[in-house]
Amino acid sequence: MKYLDEYRDPALARRLVAEIRRSVTRPWVLMEICGGQTHTLVKYGIEELLGSQIELVHGPGCPVCVTPLEIVDKAIAIASIPEVIFVSYGDMLRVPGSHSDLFRVKAAGGDVRIAYSPMDALRLARENPQRPVVFFAVGFETTAPANSTAVWQAKREGLRNFSMLVSHVLVPPAIRLLLEQSANRVQGFIAPGHVCTVMGYEEYEELARRYKVPFVVGGFEPLDLLEAILLLVRQLEEGRAQVENQYVRSVSRGGNEAARRRMMEVFEVVDRNWRGIGPIAQSGYRLRPEYAAFDAEKIFGVETISAPEPPECISALVLQGLKKPVDCPMFGTRCTPATPMGAPMVSSEGACAAYYQYRRHAAPPGAQT
Amino acid sequence: MSDPIQFTCPLPLAVGDRIVLGHGSGGRLSAELLRDVFLPFFHSPILNRLDDQAVFEFRGARLAFTTDSFVVKPLFFRGGDIGSLAVHGTVNDLAMGGATPLYLSAGFILEEGLEIETLRRVAESMGRAADDIPVEIVTGDTKVVEKGSGDGVFINTTGIGLVPEGVRLSPALVRPGDLVLLSGPIGDHGIAILAEREGIEFSTLLDSDSAPLHGLVAAMLAVSLDIRAMRDPTRGGLSSALNEIASRAGVGITIEESAIPVREEVRGACEMLGLDPLYVANEGKLVAFVAPHAAESVLAAMRRHPQGRDAVLIGAVTDTHPELVLLRTPFGTTRIVDMLPGDQLPRIC
Repeated sequence: MKYLDEYRDPALARRLVAEIRRSVTRPWVLMEICGGQTHTLVKYGIEELLGSQIELVHGPGCPVCVTPLEIVDKAIAIASIPEVIFVSYGDMLRVPGSHSDLFRVKAAGGDVRIAYSPMDALRLARENPQRPVVFFAVGFETTAPANSTAVWQAKREGLRNFSMLVSHVLVPPAIRLLLEQSANRVQGFIAPGHVCTVMGYEEYEELARRYKVPFVVGGFEPLDLLEAILLLVRQLEEGRAQVENQYVRSVSRGGNEAARRRMMEVFEVVDRNWRGIGPIAQSGYRLRPEYAAFDAEKIFGVETISAPEPPECISALVLQGLKKPVDCPMFGTRCTPATPMGAPMVSSEGACAAYYQYRRHAAPPGAQT
Repeated sequence: MSDPIQFTCPLPLAVGDRIVLGHGSGGRLSAELLRDVFLPFFHSPILNRLDDQAVFEFRGARLAFTTDSFVVKPLFFRGGDIGSLAVHGTVNDLAMGGATPLYLSAGFILEEGLEIETLRRVAESMGRAADDIPVEIVTGDTKVVEKGSGDGVFINTTGIGLVPEGVRLSPALVRPGDLVLLSGPIGDHGIAILAEREGIEFSTLLDSDSAPLHGLVAAMLAVSLDIRAMRDPTRGGLSSALNEIASRAGVGITIEESAIPVREEVRGACEMLGLDPLYVANEGKLVAFVAPHAAESVLAAMRRHPQGRDAVLIGAVTDTHPELVLLRTPFGTTRIVDMLPGDQLPRIC
């Protein structure tokens, strides 16, 4: 398949792997940020190929995983209101809140629907003018352009029955938090390709300068990631700390300015709580006051719902790259995708879920090579 | 590690107190429902084998008996409709036991307000599908539920078939060393339905693979009786079919990713929607476990038959990782192919 097969070519992969192994002279710890990248790395077993000198740890880039408990509880409260049509991306449905999840709300009679785009929710709002339609806007900078456009469009059309439960988070503040931990082990980052498609990578240049850590903006296919790892290893071996762009077919330094304009017209930056990590300053979006009429938290009076994050497993350590999923004693026993005890097990893009799904047969990565 | 009582995460979905859509997905939740709710009360050694069909001796004959319900939406789709699907589905469950289909029953649950012309089209399609096989629809039932209590038409079909002398197919017979054959590209039915439902258009038109498999099965059994077991990978896809066999037979299965045929349209749709073709439903494919010495001739017989033209060898049974299905990637690494905990595509067949 054009644009896919060329990024999954086994012969090219072997050449890149050989080149990486040739370039490495000592151990390095690398982190990918995005859950999509985690998924590819684990699915294809890429760490197995790299040799013992390179350790891959998996960052907090699964938006489903880091959505805080209180937001899930708010979603459940809204979706349980009889007349509401609650629209969500599919993988949020299985995420456990304090006492339930959206699948169970649906099973108990709630009108919960899966959509691939917020525009589907907008269409539902037009088709059902007498019923409130709420879209669960979760995600990083990647989904923000479409989500903000849906709200913008609703305002333009005067759609009064459409609203959004917003839980957007931003990548750079989370990286900054990681780099400021004294226990930080990460020496180089694969920056998230789709986030950078929207945002560009100037923010990462600032992080590279300030913390003297190299970044490579990477794509999502196996060859993208191998090439990004090679570029990172070369920077580390040569003592450089720059931002390089591997994902040139999608990312430019300036990103998508039109998308950002729309996002900033609708959203404003706010402090956000991250499941498994805790509060991070200026790390998310909420609707601007001009769009308060579309804010589901205000409309349905759920602003005050709060839920203490439980002393969950070791997810904070996993999400910061300090531990591997398989280091957790509950991994694969009490904690599985059907019985998630913590954030990284709840979505297929979470690090623990990816390990469980694809690699629980293998010895801990690194032990094999 | 804190006391588990303090976790605010809820009880696992699987022990929830209500049915969720995932219970109908053919994956792990379906299996748990069977194990926890039905089997404790239905005392039958035949049922406990959990084959796609019950096979039993009756006055010297070996009969296969099976039932299946069809709740597909939309009712009509490219390559088939709920009527032909209801015939093919049950005939295929009989065929996976090696049986020649004899008789079918048809039960209809109709929603108040359904157009009679729609029902006529469904019935006509069922009749045509049955004639083509041939199998006779010899008994039936019709119930009507209030508007909103159903979704147009639900159909249940039950089938009886005759297992020829010498044919013994069962997951329990699968053993290490057996080879795994697949009759053609996977995912066509699930993606055709999804495309129809979600309005996804392809540059070429994708049809459901809905088709009867009894002819292909007969052609395979004609060249060798050393076929151990067969499955048609319907809901839950190839992954569920392989996992079921692995767990019933207590064996491991290793398959080669590069050997598994997937049409470009299906791959494209799966990439776009974040789905894995290994979990997407088929309605006209089978996977066969064959003794190594017979695999070549069985594969050749499959390829001579129209339903098995694109048949391939995809892997082998092993004793090294019991009850796990592993997939070897083109990069030389391996990964687990798991049963889905719940639904990938809600209510597809």
